[in-house]
Formats: sequence, structure tokens, C-alpha cells
Amino acid sequence: MDNKKIVFWQGNEAAAYGAIKAGCRFYAGYPITPSSEIAETMARELPKHGGVFIQMEDEIASAAAIIGASLAGVKSMTATSGPGFSLMQEALGYAIMTETPCVFVNVMRGGPSTGLPTKPSQGDIMQARWGTHGDHAIIALYPSTVEEVYKYIIHAFNLSEIYRTPVIFLMDETLGHMRETFELPSDKEIEIIKRISEKDLEEEEIFVPYAESEYAEPTPNALIEMGKTRFHVSGLVHDESGFPNATYETAEKLIKRLTNKVKLHIDEITLYDEYLTEDAEVLVIAYGVVARSAKEAVKIARQDRMRVGLFKPITIWPIPVHELKKRLSKVEAVVIPEMNLGQYGREILKLIKPSTKVKFINKVGGELITPEEILDGINEVLTEGFDF
Amino acid sequence: MALNIMQLATNFADKNPGITPGHRLCPGCAAPNVAKFALMTAQSLGYTPIVGLATGCLEVSTTIFPFTAWNVPYIHNAFENVAATVSGVETAYRALAKKGRLVDPEKKYAFFAFGGDGGTYDIGLQSLSGAVERGHKFIYIVYDNEGYMNTGNQRSGATPPGSQTTTQPVGKKLPGKVQLKKNIVEIMAGHENVYVATVSTSEPMDFFKKIEKALQFDGPSFIAAFSPCVRFWRISEDKAVDISKLAIETGYWPLYEVERGVYRITKKVKELKPVKEFIKAQGRFRNLLKRPDAEEIINEVQEYITRRWERLQILEEATKDKPIR
Repeated sequence: MDNKKIVFWQGNEAAAYGAIKAGCRFYAGYPITPSSEIAETMARELPKHGGVFIQMEDEIASAAAIIGASLAGVKSMTATSGPGFSLMQEALGYAIMTETPCVFVNVMRGGPSTGLPTKPSQGDIMQARWGTHGDHAIIALYPSTVEEVYKYIIHAFNLSEIYRTPVIFLMDETLGHMRETFELPSDKEIEIIKRISEKDLEEEEIFVPYAESEYAEPTPNALIEMGKTRFHVSGLVHDESGFPNATYETAEKLIKRLTNKVKLHIDEITLYDEYLTEDAEVLVIAYGVVARSAKEAVKIARQDRMRVGLFKPITIWPIPVHELKKRLSKVEAVVIPEMNLGQYGREILKLIKPSTKVKFINKVGGELITPEEILDGINEVLTEGFDF
Repeated sequence: MALNIMQLATNFADKNPGITPGHRLCPGCAAPNVAKFALMTAQSLGYTPIVGLATGCLEVSTTIFPFTAWNVPYIHNAFENVAATVSGVETAYRALAKKGRLVDPEKKYAFFAFGGDGGTYDIGLQSLSGAVERGHKFIYIVYDNEGYMNTGNQRSGATPPGSQTTTQPVGKKLPGKVQLKKNIVEIMAGHENVYVATVSTSEPMDFFKKIEKALQFDGPSFIAAFSPCVRFWRISEDKAVDISKLAIETGYWPLYEVERGVYRITKKVKELKPVKEFIKAQGRFRNLLKRPDAEEIINEVQEYITRRWERLQILEEATKDKPIR
């Protein structure tokens, strides 16, 4: 027997343990169903690792606190659900503008507004993309099993550090509250991006955090633990020193760089899974818990000799556009099941050649999409009925 | 119309006090009685209540589809903005009255906003302060159960030190929440244009009179209602009133009012019981009592309570007949 550890965790617990593994040592949050267990686990576990948990007075404060903590040199995270995520949008934009690594977990529930607090929904897909104002790029990850929660939240922290941007980690209510067994990966299997410690620095230096030479290139370790370094942080348009500068040239350069640092590295950033896509005529595109139903539907369809495959984006933002386009060019039909009214599907439509048949399967009442429903969609699209 | 205590006593059995039986709050919860006491007082004084609710236990448990426990006009917006929402409702009413567009101009309305301590002390404080500062004529009632009970007992600004919560657990290593409870009454009294009072369902007469005063007050009112949570205070279902009484007798929850800066203690306690009695009576402090520093923490709370009680008496004396506005 090796020393591998089998765990039986809830998705929310896995998010907390994964974050701690990734080096998160600061959590600020506010209770909200269905994400509260993340805060509760962090409150209990973070102090054991020398970390700090703070319960803030609301989500606005929670988001601001994790930005402050990250700039002070500590990896940080918050978790919430739709209504709280709405309140966090201003700070999310600030983190993008100031290039502050941090992780925002949104365990989605039905919306808009208070909506369906205890039921699953994938209604915040576009909010994750465009919730905060202004032109910006965003990285958002979306796991579909508890094991993936653990694995990819570590990855979310890494991406956040490498690209110096907030990373959104979307989860389904179902996943947050579901318990699954899995084997914890060993330390050797886990890559963790560390920040430069102030101890590594020779002497005090004026740090230029937004240097032009780093244009569109990822700058891992660029954010140094506070101590020997100092720099100016502002949500205003700023030059490379960080000081506000509202000239046309500076503004355009900054906004383009913030977007390009994600856009030009899509292939390095994006993750996806696929299942039996090699010879597929019909491609099912699904993410989160819906991908689980979709995989089952594909299995059943294959028993009936239907050539169906599954493509599961794990980074849903940015879309794994190059890989997806390759798959899309080879299929005759696409089925896109989502627990919303087609938020991601409409984005996929932009990548599809006109002759491809498309079937949307959309549910927003707070119930999961079943394999049978997806199977019906597959059958329909193969028998000429389709949406686009 | 004067407050008729006899009529209120008979009304209590009435099935129509604004909030009706059949809701799904926990048996023994104090919150529905807080709402009931307020609304029946308003109705017995001839007011038609209009109710706004912040997200919380009282809201979710009284409005589970397809039912509602509210037989008065009701609005729920979000967690942080009940005071702002009711500001809008009250302003619309005044605008309609000014234009002569009210269906029944003789009808008197009472605008109530209810929030738990989370929605009041923490996330809703900005909205509450704004509404009071602008001087909307409404009554804000916080049912203070000292934590986020709706989401499963996380700490709030109202949680006392040493109380067991999921986000500041009390154990061998950590003492739980160390900060004293935020003094929301003084924060609200600091707005100066306001009638502020503390109430408890264990003192119904005092409760009714304060609601009456709030209704007749020309400006905003803020009522802090002590509201034991049987579930997370770990007390039995018949103990909410007893614990409330103990809170008053120990000075943990002094009954007083502040009207435009004038303090008045409405329930004089000759000699305060030790707060330890209040703490020992509840399971949420069980882990605190097991800690070696329990005495220290309890003494800190005791000292604070004693000082606050002394200060209240001094303020009562000093502000008598001297409203600040």
C-alpha cells in the first residue's frame, strides 16, 4: 500500500482544501447558500495552516479584502453565489485593472436576484464573462466532479499567478453539495506556482509592476511579496509605474494589454476534456454537471451505434476556441445542453459553419438535465429537427 | 386613537395580525412574534401596515411557494437593501398623496422594514443609515438572533464573544469570536433625527408602547428586538421568552429608548444578575465554558455590560428634556 489518501468530500469542501493546497492563506467571505460550506471549511482549516479567515460585512467587502491581501503578498480567495457575485463585480474589475491574482468562486444558484437559492443553475455564464464593466479578458474554470474541483481550483490559483488576473471558478449548486470519493494526488503530481519571496530580493527596489516590456507576455512571479518592494496601485488607467495617466496612448495600450495577455495565450490557458470525439458525427458540448449527463447520453447513443462524442470545456472563458473549431469542422450536428437559456450556446454558434445542425437543450427551472433529455436532442438532430 | 392594551390582548388570538400561523419558522422562534407584536399594534391603532423584508429566516420561512404568511402588502428585495426599498415605497406614497391620487386619502399607512441582524448590522447598514438620514417615515425592526441563522449559524456583527458559530468556531485552540457585539442601538441613535428603542417579546406591554411611539413619531424609527434562535442558541423550544427575560435581568439586553437624543430606560433593573447566568443557560456557549480562559472572556463581557448599564443611567439623567434636535 502506498500512502495515497482517499477522501470523501463535498464539492464545497474540495474547493476549500484545494485552495489551501494551492497556497491560499487568506479567505474573506460572507455567508450565502449554496457556497457557505467553503467559508465554514476555510474558517476551520486555514488557521491550521497559518492562514487567516475573515468573515466580512458583505460581498463588496469580501472581494476588496482578498485584493488587499493578495497585493500584500498572500494568495487569496473568496466564495459566493449569484447575488453575492453581483455585488463583487466592481472589485472584480478592479482586480483585472490592477492585475491582482485572486480567485473568485461562484457556486451558482438560480437567478436573477435571490432566485432559487438551493437549486442548480448555469445562469451566470455570461455574468462571469461580462459582469464587470469595461473591455476586459477573463479566465473562468468550471469543473464537473468533486475531484475536478480539487484539481482545477489549484490550477485556477496557478493561472491567476501566471497571468496576474482574477480567476473565476464556477461550480454548480449540485456539485457544491455532492459528495464523491477520490484519491488525493500526491505532492509530486501537483504543480504550484509560487511567488518570489522578499527573502529572494537583494535590496529594496522600486518595482515596475506594469512594465511595457511585458506586453502580452505572462509574467509569473511578477507580484512580489510586499516588504522590500513598493508600488502604486490604482483602478484608474495607469502607466507602467502604476500611476494614473489618462492619455489616449496609455489607456489604449493598457486595455489592449490586459485583453491580449489572455487572448494571445488561449492555447496555454484553456483546458478541455473529450470523449469519443474521434469519429463523431454529432458533437455534444457540455460543461459542469451537465457534462456528466452528456457523457452518459453519449454512452447510450454509442450502444445504438450512433456516432456521438462529447466536448467538455473546462476553461469556459476563454473558450478553447482552436481545439473546439477543429472538432466542429468535422461534425454534422451539434447538441448544446445548458441549465440556462443558451448563454454558452450562442457563443458556440459563432464558431460553427453554416451547414451544421444545432440543437439547444435549455432548462432554467432548477432541475438537472437528464441523459435521456440529451439523448432525445441527439435523436432529434439526427432526424432533421434542429434549431439553427 | 390610543393604544388599548385590552384590545391588543384579545387581538393576540386573532388570526389576522398581519403575519398568520402556518409559516415554517422553527417552533419556538421569537422572530414571528416580533413581527406579530409590531403589526397588531399598528393595526389596532388604525394603521394599514406595509411590510418590506430583507433576506433572512423571517423572509424565507414565511413565503415558501405557493404560500405566504403575510396578509398585508409585502415586498422582499435583496439582503442588503430593505431600508432603501421601503424608502422608495414610502416616497411613492407621499408623492401620490401630494398629487391627490390615493384611492383612500383617509387611510393611514405604516411602513415597516424587517431585517435580521445580518441584514441590519452588516450588509444592510449602509442602506439603513441612508434611509434614516433622509428621514423617511418608516419603522425599521431588526430581529436580532445574533448570527446568520438562515444560512446555518455563521457569525455576524451581532454575535457575542464565545458563541459557537461555524465561521468562528469555539474549540480548544480558538476562542471563537472575540469582538464584542456591535452596539447597533447607539449607531442608530447617532443619527439623532430618529426614535430608537430596544424591545423584547418577554415584555409585550413595553413592546406595544414603543411601537405606538414609533408610529406616532414624526420621522424614522429603529426598533431592536431581542430574538432568541432556539436552533443555534441550543436552547429548548419553550425557552425563548425565559432567555429573553434573563437577557434583560442581566443587563445583556437593556430595555431603553432614545428619542432625538433623549435617553430613557424603560425597564429599571434594581440589581443586575451576573451575565454568566445568561451564558450558562445556552448551549451555544458550552464550548466557551470548557475553555481555561472562559472566566476571563465572561468577565470581559460582564465588565462591558456593567459599564454600559452605568453609562445608560448617566445618559438618562444627562439628556432628560434635552433633545439634540
